[in-house]
Amino acid sequence: MVNVPVVHICTVVPISLTVGANRIVPAVAIPHPLGNPQIGPDEEFTLRKKIIENALRALTTEVTEQTVF
Amino acid sequence: MADIRVVHYLNQFFGQIGGEEKADIQPFSQEGAVGPGTALEKALDQDMKIVGTVICGDTYFNENLEEAAGQVVELVARFKPDLLIAGPAFNAGRYGMACGGVCVAVKEKLNIPVVTAMYEENPGADMYRKDIYIVKTGNSAAQMRKAIPSLARLASKLARGEVFGSPAEEGYLARGIRQNVFHKERGSARAVDMLVKKLKGEKYETEYPMPLFDRVDPRPAVKDIKKAKIALVTSGGIVPKGNPDRIESSSASKFGRYSLKGVTNLTEETYQTAHGGYDPVYANADADRVLPVDAMRQLEQEGAIGSLHEVYYATVGNGTSVANAKKYAHAIGEELKNENVDAIILTST
Repeated sequence: MVNVPVVHICTVVPISLTVGANRIVPAVAIPHPLGNPQIGPDEEFTLRKKIIENALRALTTEVTEQTVF
Repeated sequence: MADIRVVHYLNQFFGQIGGEEKADIQPFSQEGAVGPGTALEKALDQDMKIVGTVICGDTYFNENLEEAAGQVVELVARFKPDLLIAGPAFNAGRYGMACGGVCVAVKEKLNIPVVTAMYEENPGADMYRKDIYIVKTGNSAAQMRKAIPSLARLASKLARGEVFGSPAEEGYLARGIRQNVFHKERGSARAVDMLVKKLKGEKYETEYPMPLFDRVDPRPAVKDIKKAKIALVTSGGIVPKGNPDRIESSSASKFGRYSLKGVTNLTEETYQTAHGGYDPVYANADADRVLPVDAMRQLEQEGAIGSLHEVYYATVGNGTSVANAKKYAHAIGEELKNENVDAIILTST
């Protein structure tokens, strides 16, 4: 058994809920979950970092049931 | 032509021996039909005869599984049967387990067709539905009159080796076997018909039932993220350019592990996606959009995380079976555990 937390970063949150992820972080779009090709490279990088920071928050938060951050 | 010889298996109750106080009784046999066997024989095709009945106590069977199954097989074999029918067991758990166990043992040892019947939620159904035909019944013996004809119909077909319809048509529990058939209507028309029925609140039969997903208890949170070693895993198919492991674009048969040593940024020249089913343009132009190595490196430098694990794992989550996904997850999890990773970020497209 792996006793470390997993955070699922994904766009279609209902699928993640259906398959049973416990820590879920919503993403941008199916073909580019951690990016947005329309906003320019710098802003896109900032966006990506923000999503990961949200994921780190999920990893450091105790949860007792499926939680969307 | 000679009659088709049928042997019937019953527990102590339906075998008219007694109730719970007789549940310890060891297997024995009787000539001809007993209890529900009489009605069953009438419902079977004319040339099918219940030549013998084997009776065993439910507790005895379940407490001595292998031995009891062996004894029952021996008694069944003496009748030289062409077919074995067990039950119906309805929602009686031990009886259902016994019917399933007897059917499987007889099928294996005597190589004749077998069939039983029980309620869908009987534990015996879950245990044996993949191995044998189990006719669906109601949940109590009050449903006997309904159960007998469907059991007899399937038994008659089985005895003759006739071709079966789908579980829904024939009234048996789905065994998880897929059959290729030609259908009058094309898939899109069938899907629309089904949708219209669903919208109207009418009954419809799905052609692809969703698998049941299991649940995992949430794991404890990371105590000190600034010291944590974090691994990246993706089902978005990000692989080194050229897809060295040839991970399939759909129904992936494997996952890949790739080094991130010295990698700070995924570029068009170095990485790509192997994933079919979504527009790959954005991931191919900059795979960090799926596997965020560049941002993880920056967070590592800033000291926001301890480190990025030096290997990442990737597979394609497109049409991948739940069974395979589970297998990959266990393998990847085992490796990451051995590498003392503190947390995992899984990205999906």
